[in-house]
Amino acid sequence: MAERFSSVEDVVDGLRKVDYLADANIAGVVYLADRLEKPVMVEGPAGVGKTELAKAIAEATGARLIRLQCYEGLDESKALYEWNYKKQLLRIQADREHENSWSDVEADIFSEPFLLTRPLLEAIRADEPIVLLIDEVDRVEIETEALLLEVLSDFQVSIPELGTIVGAQRPIVILTSNNTRELSEALKRRCLYLHVDYPDLEREKEIVRVRVPEIDEELAEQVARVVRSIRQLELKKAPSISETIDWARTLIYLGKTEIDPEVIQETLHVLLKYQSDITKARKELETTAAPGANPS
Amino acid sequence: MAFNAAKVIDAIERYGVGGAGGGPPDAGSMLDVLQGFVHELRAAGLPVSMTENLDAMRAVEHIEIADRDTFKAALGATLVKHHHHWSAFETVFDVYFSLYAPGVDGEDGDGDAWAEMQAMEGGGAGGEMSAEELAEMLLNALMNTDEDEMRRLAGMAVSRYAGMEPGRPVGGTYYLYRTLRQLDLEGMAARMMGRAREQGDTVEGDPLEERLQREEFEERLRRLRELVEAEIRRRLVADRGVEAMARTLRKPLPEDVDFMHASREEMQALQRAIYPLTRALAARLAQRRKRKNRGHLDFRSTVRHSLSYGGVPAEPKFRHPRPSRPEIMVVADISGSVASFARFTLQFVYAMASQFSKVRSWVFIDGIDEVTRFFQESDDIAEAIQRVNTEADVVWVDGHSDYGHALEVFRERHLTEITPKTSIILLGDARNNYHASQNAIVKELGQRARRVYWLNPEPRGYWDTGDSIVSDYGIYCDGVFECRNLRQLESFVSAIVEG
Repeated sequence: MAERFSSVEDVVDGLRKVDYLADANIAGVVYLADRLEKPVMVEGPAGVGKTELAKAIAEATGARLIRLQCYEGLDESKALYEWNYKKQLLRIQADREHENSWSDVEADIFSEPFLLTRPLLEAIRADEPIVLLIDEVDRVEIETEALLLEVLSDFQVSIPELGTIVGAQRPIVILTSNNTRELSEALKRRCLYLHVDYPDLEREKEIVRVRVPEIDEELAEQVARVVRSIRQLELKKAPSISETIDWARTLIYLGKTEIDPEVIQETLHVLLKYQSDITKARKELETTAAPGANPS
Repeated sequence: MAFNAAKVIDAIERYGVGGAGGGPPDAGSMLDVLQGFVHELRAAGLPVSMTENLDAMRAVEHIEIADRDTFKAALGATLVKHHHHWSAFETVFDVYFSLYAPGVDGEDGDGDAWAEMQAMEGGGAGGEMSAEELAEMLLNALMNTDEDEMRRLAGMAVSRYAGMEPGRPVGGTYYLYRTLRQLDLEGMAARMMGRAREQGDTVEGDPLEERLQREEFEERLRRLRELVEAEIRRRLVADRGVEAMARTLRKPLPEDVDFMHASREEMQALQRAIYPLTRALAARLAQRRKRKNRGHLDFRSTVRHSLSYGGVPAEPKFRHPRPSRPEIMVVADISGSVASFARFTLQFVYAMASQFSKVRSWVFIDGIDEVTRFFQESDDIAEAIQRVNTEADVVWVDGHSDYGHALEVFRERHLTEITPKTSIILLGDARNNYHASQNAIVKELGQRARRVYWLNPEPRGYWDTGDSIVSDYGIYCDGVFECRNLRQLESFVSAIVEG
């Protein structure tokens, strides 16, 4: 099978071309996922680019992204496949005169044209290169998780009426989780595990510069530094990367070239989404800790 | 475990000889090291399954082992599936692969670190330099964020200040303390700020800029500290061997940390672990509640619906039981020895407040004070806890725990407010300093309340020793639980929410 990436550096370069900056850990795991043909389970706080990673991989490898958005109550008929009852009914009604025997009709209505493929089956049957994204997998019930196991370990599904459909290829599979509940061991065992956290200063600055090209280096650095400072406070919800980018854009729209306390006060609501967090950050940023004191 | 052993041998044979492309020359010995590594991870409490072990071996085949970051990413991705196990993994990784780490000499990681260290102490580059020169060089390296230079200087500082001797039975923290005391990181931060001001990086009187600058420097100093730590660990491993070192460094996972003996760092780790834990627990409980939403047969409704089937009760209807959310009263001893336990439990219970119809709380030592108001006034639990610690009026006579008196006052003021919907949770080690137990009050509370529980942060073996009288109270409680760590606390809370 053709390998998508030839080395870890290749992953970094490939992703960088589509404006995704991967650190050593991310790139290493993506590379391994390609080599070991295993799905990757990506966990981490909201808004650190978990979903974005799957999109970037798809773009970098020229593959089509197939996305299964998980939610409570997701079941087989929404994730895998469903028979098109209405069409089946029409087919039976069209046969009023009984010119066909029942067995013919039955064989007919349980065949391909009456099958509605859902994302997982679509991914398995795809001929062209794809990346399968199973988003927010922690939202489905534990029972539904079992549904994913066959797909993830063997990349095949069994449909009683049609038999087992085996995937023609092993695509890169990315699962994301916001960690609202503990996923089952069985699922985790089948995946490589990647925890994505808030980036360090350098990387965040780079991300801002890549995503907001009109920003100059100095402002980007200031943005990254202020955000890091705010993340060190004890907040309900720390600013995510996407919020950092939004903030940088806001500053550009407002025509700011420099960050001073006033600007922060005015635009803090772009970064923080809870009133109590905003109040806290305001208070903290107004008062500077005494020299040498530990800010935590 | 004959099956596992056979598999491991098979795997070693399959992957062992000449398997690793681009790895170090002896891939076989690397696999031995990997086996020891996995063994140590399991000993540290990480659940590593057979498949994961094999995955790790396969993964190592595909990467450049010489590239430390990638190597670590590969092992982490295949062996560690919980984020809160990551720091345990990192410790073991650092011990096991410290000899392969970029060392003072840079390239030759396999070199004999110990001999090289002796050489340095015997008048190498570090010996000739004065303390001021070393500090000055360090300052420069820190200002320029020159990581290689920082690492080199960290090595020198350890040679110079730690006073390490082969075979000396002293822990790494001792050496770390000695080195850091000499390096004076606090003073270094001030010097860095001064230097920045001289260079004109900082505009005087711009508090925001100053704050950011200081945080930046603190970050670099933290890094320096890590480098020093790594260096000490490396030398200790060279001296004592990998297994012995790993054993001494073995730390409990956050959910297993004992509340009563947690260190400062462990406290912080616990603090961070609480919120995700409560969120996960709340989600799980909500789901479970939804699933069992079938109650008794609703006869009236079934008959009503049977009309549409011509009087045949074809569709049985059920009552939806209203999930009864218990009302919680927490009464916590916050005297010295159990203070952190009380704090975590309060924090946990309040983070779960949405699961209860009402939460009220009291804290006591020998006096008792209701602290519900602090939690109502602020939606920041950490801040409320802070206020409980500083503002609650809990001392009556001498500030030594007196459960009897606290209970007496509690009964006097609040007995009538206890209803059959109330669950009372008493927290403490029941070390009553030989005061009267007044355990009849617990009995009285129990008669009015739905349930009375007692949570004791001491190991079960210590109960009823010395002045502990937990059993005196326990006989009137619906349950007395040992609650030494987050894991036990979580299972208790999940039990009471379910009734």
